[in-house]
Amino acid sequence: MSASEQRLVPALPRSPVGAEGGRSTGYWGMVILIFTEATLFAILLTSYFYVRFQGSPVWPPDGIKKPELALIAIMTPVLLLSSGPMHWAELSIKKGNVGRLRLGLLITFLMGATFLTLQGFEYHKSLAEFTPRTDAYGSLFFTITGFHGLHVAVGLLMNLWLQWNAWRGRFSAERHLAVENVTLYWHFVDAVWVFILVSIYLSPHIWP
Amino acid sequence: MATTVADRLEEIWEEKPGLGSWLDTVDHKRIGIRYVYTAFAFFLAGGLEATIIRAQLARPEETLVRPEAYNQLFTMHGITMIFFFVTPMLFGFGNYFVPLMIGARDMAFPRLNAFGYWVFLFAGLFMYAGYAAGHAPNDGWFNYFPLASKQFSPDINIDFYTLGLIFLGISSTAGSINFIVTIFKLRAPGMSISRVPLFCWAILATAFSVIFALPSLTVANAMAALDRLFGFHFFDVAKGGSVILWQHLFWIFGHPDVYIIFLPAVGIVSSVVPVFSRRKLVGYVWLALATMATAIIGFGVWVHHMFAVGLPSLSLTFFSAASMLITIPSAVQIFAWLATIIGGRPVLATPFLFILGFLFLFVLGGVTGVMFAAVPFDQQITDSYFVVAHFHYVLFGGAVFPIFAGIYYWFPKMFGRMLHQGLGKLSFWLMFVGFNLTFFPMHILGLLGMPRRVYTYPAGLGWDLYNSLETIGAYILALGVLVTVGNFVWSVSMRRGLLAGPDPWGGDTLEWATDSPPPPYNFVEIPTVKSGEPLWDQPELRAMNERVIDRERTLATGHDTLGTTVLDAELESILPMPHGSFVPILAAAGLGLIFGGLIAHLEVVIGIGAALLVGSVLAWFRDQGDV
Repeated sequence: MSASEQRLVPALPRSPVGAEGGRSTGYWGMVILIFTEATLFAILLTSYFYVRFQGSPVWPPDGIKKPELALIAIMTPVLLLSSGPMHWAELSIKKGNVGRLRLGLLITFLMGATFLTLQGFEYHKSLAEFTPRTDAYGSLFFTITGFHGLHVAVGLLMNLWLQWNAWRGRFSAERHLAVENVTLYWHFVDAVWVFILVSIYLSPHIWP
Repeated sequence: MATTVADRLEEIWEEKPGLGSWLDTVDHKRIGIRYVYTAFAFFLAGGLEATIIRAQLARPEETLVRPEAYNQLFTMHGITMIFFFVTPMLFGFGNYFVPLMIGARDMAFPRLNAFGYWVFLFAGLFMYAGYAAGHAPNDGWFNYFPLASKQFSPDINIDFYTLGLIFLGISSTAGSINFIVTIFKLRAPGMSISRVPLFCWAILATAFSVIFALPSLTVANAMAALDRLFGFHFFDVAKGGSVILWQHLFWIFGHPDVYIIFLPAVGIVSSVVPVFSRRKLVGYVWLALATMATAIIGFGVWVHHMFAVGLPSLSLTFFSAASMLITIPSAVQIFAWLATIIGGRPVLATPFLFILGFLFLFVLGGVTGVMFAAVPFDQQITDSYFVVAHFHYVLFGGAVFPIFAGIYYWFPKMFGRMLHQGLGKLSFWLMFVGFNLTFFPMHILGLLGMPRRVYTYPAGLGWDLYNSLETIGAYILALGVLVTVGNFVWSVSMRRGLLAGPDPWGGDTLEWATDSPPPPYNFVEIPTVKSGEPLWDQPELRAMNERVIDRERTLATGHDTLGTTVLDAELESILPMPHGSFVPILAAAGLGLIFGGLIAHLEVVIGIGAALLVGSVLAWFRDQGDV
């Protein structure tokens, strides 16, 4: 390529990650996707409270017991704290440390998988008592928690995909947009859990 | 030198003709034209349904169609026009013109763009497969429960509705994310937020409305599908559910959707008015603010669709006030356009005629809209033909007339040829007269008590004459639409239209700086924008494709476009753009198989679809060079 041809492009970072401080298109795409997903959860939880306050004076209705909190007391910290290693992984790759990226992703994956496994146990117990076909409460309970669980599962798949690419050496201090985006998504999935915890698990105990 | 640069860009960006490139294209212009063609096909289908409806209602006790068929016809007419015509049509214009107006080489996510189109097409075919199955949706476009529950609608009609709309929602969400990021990040250097063309502002406001409104419709339809297919109880009162919940969820989406339909149309009006008034738009900032304000207030008025349901009077009062409030930004826009027209030297070309028609009809529809905000009046005429008259004035008058203005305005850019102006004017007058003859008498019929959605009516109620007039009007309107179709055939298929050249109207925005139709790379060089009306204030841009000003801006070494900052559009980075790919159509086909399998209860098909979808998503990110 001759010198005159090289001047056909301005001297700018040539990457989707964007210049120092600037945000890439991929980052904005993920932010807006999270906006719309957050709205989905907000609508689901609003529907939960709408049905609750329209319906029976006793909540949960139909003799269903209030949600048990023993397993939830373990699941909650496991999921919320898993944002830590994910954040650490992202910081590490920004400094170019691929080893720590792999380790952080692995820890996050194990914590997320623990959460899902415990949710499986929790479902097993709940399903013995009521199902989504029992009544509107059952439909709401399993749809909302299941939809969140689905998001955790998708997050774990993305995590695996990151790990695979991290081992293939595809991330560096300059190129790590996918890590940034999955981190953002994972924080979002964790944050949504706080709202589900308060609405589905705690609120029946707080307002009988 | 300049020709060499253009040749190099041609080499880099050209998509080879053939079936392969037809299926794998990611060019926003080809995808945009596809959206327009497909949406127009749905417009003709919805129009055909309307003409059958009007034939059935032409006289009392008519027996042209059975009541069951009539239910499917008016339901599909509404679904088609709202979901499969207006929004995709405007997204098509957006796809084609947003990158051109902001001086970019494509949308921010070209493959997502292709994916959005294929999902839209497949969702439309899915919805229309209901007719083939003999069971198209039949409970009205807002599908109220308990009528739509398994108990009262046991056949699969409503499953086409719930699954089809979830399916389509994926397309709208993908498209909206793409529009927002494109307008945020891909604007030409210098196009700061106060220089963004109002059409792009309108698309931005629409896209944000979709992002926040559509989840409500998706949740509602997911609940409905779970109720109907898997025996859940969200809308089952006997099991603690609520039928009013459906109404709330539907209208929390449904009213913002009115603005999702209307705002891009407003953007077309703001594009056409200054060009044909031959002066700058009056009140650019006010128009941009009004666009955003309409989108935001639009989220606070949904209950005015439910005034007759029996909600607490406090909530009626609040929503009545909000519904009156929203007329203010609309009025701001109307007055800004009127001031522009009055202060300019209007040229009565076809696009501008359709805009004048829009102003007249939209104000009429707006006046009846204010009437609905008054609760006692609303409760009297709810579900009567007065409502049908009102929303056709705001949707047909407010969106379809601007769409036709857009067709006549932008057609030369998209196809390189002019449409026949005489035929265009004939089409306008037929549509305008036909429209008013069809829909104005509906106001009177509504006040006389004729309910909407009845398949026939007895003679002697004083309705006969109005109904006959409406049917005549509908056929005049249809003829007007067909004249435009004929105009298209005359200009493009028969190659009779005059060659347009880059800028037949003396336009002000960047799309008129490049050839008609534009080359695959849009602009030889990405310009520096110094004005809100760049082509009027920067004459050097007019010869951009012949004479390169800044060689660095040609980016002629790779398949790239420029990334700039969100507010000030300062140069930031070079964005590599993906090449054509079969992944989008495969991912969309995977989704199609999943939804098809769900309605046919074929687990194998669902499995194949899921596998195809997961495989395509993995491939999508695999061949992305930069992760």
